[in-house]
Amino acid sequence: MTDPRTEPSADPGPLLSVRGVDIAYRTGRRSRVTAVHGVSFDLHPGQSMALVGESGCGKTTLGLGLLRLLPRNGLVPAGEILFRRKDGSTADIRSLGAEELRRFRWSEAAMVFQGAMNAFNPVLRIEDHFLDTFRAHETGRPRRRAEIREESAHLLEMVRLDPARVLDAHPHELSGGMRQRALIALALALGPQLLILDEPTTALDLLTQRAIVERLSELREELRFSMVFITHDLGLAAELADRVGTMYAGRLIETGTTRDIFYRPRHPYTAALIDSVPPVSGGLVVPESLPGGPPGLASLPPGCSFAPRCRHARQVCGERRPELEVLHTRGDGLSHAAACLRSRELAAEGATRD
Amino acid sequence: MTVSTVSPGATGVWGAIWHGITRSTSGFIGLCIVAGVLLFAFAGPLFIDTRNPTDVTKIWGPATSEHWLGTNHEGKDTFVQLVLGGREPIWVGIVAALITVAIAVALGGIAGYARGRIDHFLLQLTDITMTIPFIVLMLVVASFYRTASPMVVAFIIGLVTWPYLMRSIRAQVLTLREREFVEAARLQDLGTARILFTEVLPNMAGYIFINFIIAITNAIYAVVGMYLLGLLPSTAANWGLMIQQAWDNNAFLVPSAVPFLVAPMTMIMLFQIGLVTMTRSLEQALNPRLRDR
Amino acid sequence: MIDRSAPAPAPALPPDAPGPDPAPVLSLNGVHQVFPGARGDVPAVAGVDLEIRPGTALCLVGESGCGKTTTARMAAGLAEPTSGSVLFRGRDIAAMDRKERSVFRRAVQYIHQDPYASLNPVRTVYSTVSAGLRRHRMVADGREARRVTAGLLERVDLTPAGDFLDKYPHQMSGGQRQRVAIARALAMNPEVIIADESTSMLDVSIRVSLLNTLGRLRDELGVGFLFITHDLAVAKYFAWEGEIAVMYLGKVVEHGRTPRVVNDPAHPYTRALVSAVCEPDPDLARTKERVRLRSADIPDLTDLPPGCDFHPRCPLYAPGACDTLRPPLVRGHDRLLACHVVGRG
Repeated sequence: MTDPRTEPSADPGPLLSVRGVDIAYRTGRRSRVTAVHGVSFDLHPGQSMALVGESGCGKTTLGLGLLRLLPRNGLVPAGEILFRRKDGSTADIRSLGAEELRRFRWSEAAMVFQGAMNAFNPVLRIEDHFLDTFRAHETGRPRRRAEIREESAHLLEMVRLDPARVLDAHPHELSGGMRQRALIALALALGPQLLILDEPTTALDLLTQRAIVERLSELREELRFSMVFITHDLGLAAELADRVGTMYAGRLIETGTTRDIFYRPRHPYTAALIDSVPPVSGGLVVPESLPGGPPGLASLPPGCSFAPRCRHARQVCGERRPELEVLHTRGDGLSHAAACLRSRELAAEGATRD
Repeated sequence: MTVSTVSPGATGVWGAIWHGITRSTSGFIGLCIVAGVLLFAFAGPLFIDTRNPTDVTKIWGPATSEHWLGTNHEGKDTFVQLVLGGREPIWVGIVAALITVAIAVALGGIAGYARGRIDHFLLQLTDITMTIPFIVLMLVVASFYRTASPMVVAFIIGLVTWPYLMRSIRAQVLTLREREFVEAARLQDLGTARILFTEVLPNMAGYIFINFIIAITNAIYAVVGMYLLGLLPSTAANWGLMIQQAWDNNAFLVPSAVPFLVAPMTMIMLFQIGLVTMTRSLEQALNPRLRDR
Repeated sequence: MIDRSAPAPAPALPPDAPGPDPAPVLSLNGVHQVFPGARGDVPAVAGVDLEIRPGTALCLVGESGCGKTTTARMAAGLAEPTSGSVLFRGRDIAAMDRKERSVFRRAVQYIHQDPYASLNPVRTVYSTVSAGLRRHRMVADGREARRVTAGLLERVDLTPAGDFLDKYPHQMSGGQRQRVAIARALAMNPEVIIADESTSMLDVSIRVSLLNTLGRLRDELGVGFLFITHDLAVAKYFAWEGEIAVMYLGKVVEHGRTPRVVNDPAHPYTRALVSAVCEPDPDLARTKERVRLRSADIPDLTDLPPGCDFHPRCPLYAPGACDTLRPPLVRGHDRLLACHVVGRG
């Protein structure tokens, strides 16, 4: 067996290709604030990518924007979100019409929201949620309720939930972990090629978190969907992702394979994030603190947005904004890129990774 | 994001309120209307000849350059009456509202914060108060006193209308007292009265303020209604009395007498509309979470 | 049947560190907390013994619903134990008179999890932090109150303090608000600070510096900490020189020096927790040995299994004692442990 994550030879090209995407929110009649600036990345079939960063860095906005699930005042003023559909055609999600978009979501790409409680309608039973999902995307003859119930039960079993108990329950009768798993089952209902998960395990207990992480990676082997997941938990990224993208102040500032990011981070921000979470195993590693917080989106500093917090910053960093620059490309086509003016210099000094 | 550098410590709560009202168009219009009506009623009398003699030659006279709004059934100038007639209902409204709100906040706060037997007792008190028939009470008062002073009216309105506001304040205090910042204050051993009055109630300032203004509008309607029903004998010029007199003398049948009926009603409605629109902006001014947006 | 008979007095932790431990400031003796529920009584905490000493940290870890917050609230005097006692300097707080109670109230401070809810939105930082100082006449006048408050803010690394004194909570970030909450607790000159998940709502980058701030209060001011967290990495870092107690369904199942508990967990539940952590290290994540539980479901507190609470999920379960007898928390060579299987071997 070949591992789909490292074997792109049968790969006809990326499943999702994000090109220079901006996302903005209208804040008034004529004013808007740009939350995501020029993000580009490719996601190949079967791959999983983690978007990491502090809160307020635009991770969730990007995730929502990819499926055009932004709130009413959100818009994608620039860029392309190219998606290879099940029938082999490529569509720009930005230009899909409302009806097309509705069909596209869930059947081709589904989102698992943060806070599973809010994603469910509290007055509907779990079975009704499955029923609605299937019915909304049905073409042709409507299926019988029993048929759908059987398929829903199968999906719930995939996430290790007891269908007899869960299908007839209301959302509030389930524990947080069960709701999260039910939500994943619901997202997988129509066999999407891409799953976008926003903080899938935040606020869950350790053992529940572990169960979900393991189930997700098993399901991915089994169903071969791609994943983009948004998390501030670097441990989760290390475990579930093939590639990691670090976001800061609305920009993608470093991308690379998970091993590149964790063992050879080339952006001081990524390095600082990793250094701020000590491992639980082994002796005491004193974590580095990263003082301050990300800048407000409406008042980005000139030059590199991270410069005011960066201990390696030089004068030039406050003047010129670094672009995402490919540092090296591996044999399988995956590259490591960072947006730091001093990344090569710092790597040579061994400063970005002690 | 620019964070306001003007701290309320420097400019005071009134500064914040002013800022809150003036930044929104509707709030500013409301403020202008209220200020206009107040000026009209309180400063107006200083600029006109307040003698308004009965003149039988001018009964139901039409609007002229001499009598801007015509004259009434006694031949008195309507405009002069309008200027003189605002003070009393507005005063009654304000005093009654102050009494209502003071009682409601004090008792509602205590009941909600103390809970248990005190709460139970105070709720019984509200039940009893709510059963007092207001109109009948006023009839009794009217039969005892030939001319009830406006302040007596204000007190009576204040003393019978507090239970409604008290109950909603109690309900809010019940939820606020469970908030973590209140528990944090208890951890500081700040004392019950202090926690209630400096931690809990300020969080309801906007709500209390709005209810104060609603209480003013209600009291004004109540007092005007009582004049209209003839429950309150009064000799002074007064918007409520004007409506009653207009009604009693069939002013609506005399085209030239319409201003005598419509003018006081318009003043009352203007004042009420002004108060309500102003309150909406005031709530924003008094809620710091909304203030800096 | 739930066995609620009071256990023998808490065995003291085996001395592992050199030197005698200072006397505990705050101790919990066999505290129970039973909440009435729709489906019967809920024994949220069932017999917990803990001691908090000056200048040391005790971390209480466990999953949600294990009773750690209820335990913390009882320790802070915010909830009254159904049975058992909380002793402050050896005195039962339930038997205290008004004056003693007031001393206890100020000496034991509690920091909430959510810095958005624990600060009064209508009051400035100065007003919030100085309220206790002014109330208890710890400052002479307004000018001194301002000076002392500024000093407290600097202690919790809100510098320059002048920038923060007149701010409202909504003008600050979550980390800054949590520092204000800590400064408010510090204003009371506490001997013990009970921190309930106080860093869990903050970003990782902010979490570390907040932990460093708290660590300085512990080391420089000799404040004793009862630190509640579900995050083992946080517990390990903050209480490396202190102790960790692991709670499961209202009882402590393992309690010992932090390095021992984290690096060599003995109780199967602790082992499961440690192995479940997502490590920020891809190679370690792939090679790490995972404990497989027999069941993912946590038993309901109203319907606890007979014997050991953990046995339906325990990978080491052996028929016999595990499903009939509740294992007591007993003293092993380097920790307290409540397990029939590991305890024996």
